[in-house]
Amino acid sequence: MNILIVGGEKLVYFLSRLFFSKGHTVTVINRDRRECTRLARRLKGTIVHGDGSDLIALEEAGARSADAVLAATPNDEDNLVICQLASLHFAVPRTLALVNDPDNEEVFQKLQITSALSVTRLLAGLIEQTTEFDDVINLFPAGEGKLNITQVSLKETSPVAGKTLMEIALPESSLIASIMRNGEPIVPRGPTELLAGDRLILITLPKSHGSVLKRLTGG
Amino acid sequence: MSPQQSLFIVVVGCGRLGSYIVDRLSFYGHYLVVIDINASAFDVLSSQFSGFQIEGDATEYAVLKRAKLENADLVIATTERDNVNLMVAQIAKKIFKVPQVMARVFDPKRAQVYRDFGIEGICPITIAGDAFLSSYLKESVILTEEGVP
Repeated sequence: MNILIVGGEKLVYFLSRLFFSKGHTVTVINRDRRECTRLARRLKGTIVHGDGSDLIALEEAGARSADAVLAATPNDEDNLVICQLASLHFAVPRTLALVNDPDNEEVFQKLQITSALSVTRLLAGLIEQTTEFDDVINLFPAGEGKLNITQVSLKETSPVAGKTLMEIALPESSLIASIMRNGEPIVPRGPTELLAGDRLILITLPKSHGSVLKRLTGG
Repeated sequence: MSPQQSLFIVVVGCGRLGSYIVDRLSFYGHYLVVIDINASAFDVLSSQFSGFQIEGDATEYAVLKRAKLENADLVIATTERDNVNLMVAQIAKKIFKVPQVMARVFDPKRAQVYRDFGIEGICPITIAGDAFLSSYLKESVILTEEGVP
């Protein structure tokens, strides 16, 4: 895959290195000449000095033959315009913009960016998962938002603790995809027993979501 | 724009251009909200200015919501950063459905991008440059005419 990345600093350096190691071709655009020199010394890909939201710089960096563009500058507005130009002018099939403001994930989607990812929201989610403020955490929406992926922690008071999956008979439009137990993931089958302290990764459709949660937590 | 009808106008950026526009529109009796990332930018506004000032980054969605963009008749993006103007103008037009949206083109080279995104861009440099050139050309034409024997 030809990947075009706009941005700099350690994030872009390590991302590029990762993509290289997976056999992809990486081109980086950065507007700071010194940062370009630094990157060029350490990466084997092409480094283009220029403004990534400028058509000439994108052209020079081979946007025409890029399979994906990643806009990873520190500014949301720059990342928006970079991705819009890549898809509008160079018909790049996949564009991804990093955003700081979590609200901009939705905003960018409405402005036809293939996808926008808020690092802020991602980190907040990860922190919540590891510190477990809540019994029920919405991990992320999938399937164009029509599928909920949720993490549920089972307390001792849970009505399903000590029962097998077969016994609890969840509705058809739901699935316990995985169980985290003592830091190890399990892919459960019918005879698998649920225990207090388990963290369940749950896939539900909106219509069954509420009833499944109630069934698992008793609340 | 008829002065009798009072419009709700949001101006993004309170620099030399933004503050000029805000003062003029406010003078005509329109209801103004002006956004700038630096509170000190509002110091240049005329003492007559009666509108609303918001200190904030206009690329933050919550700031635009606070400015009530959904009720705006007109949004003008005047910052010195083309990508900020492009982003704010597109959000105003496509998400808040503001009936009229205009943006300052800071770098004349970027004018085509505004057109591509369907944003009405106005470039002060091109306008000033053309004004200089046309008055120069007029003079040189006169000189040539006088020079004709």
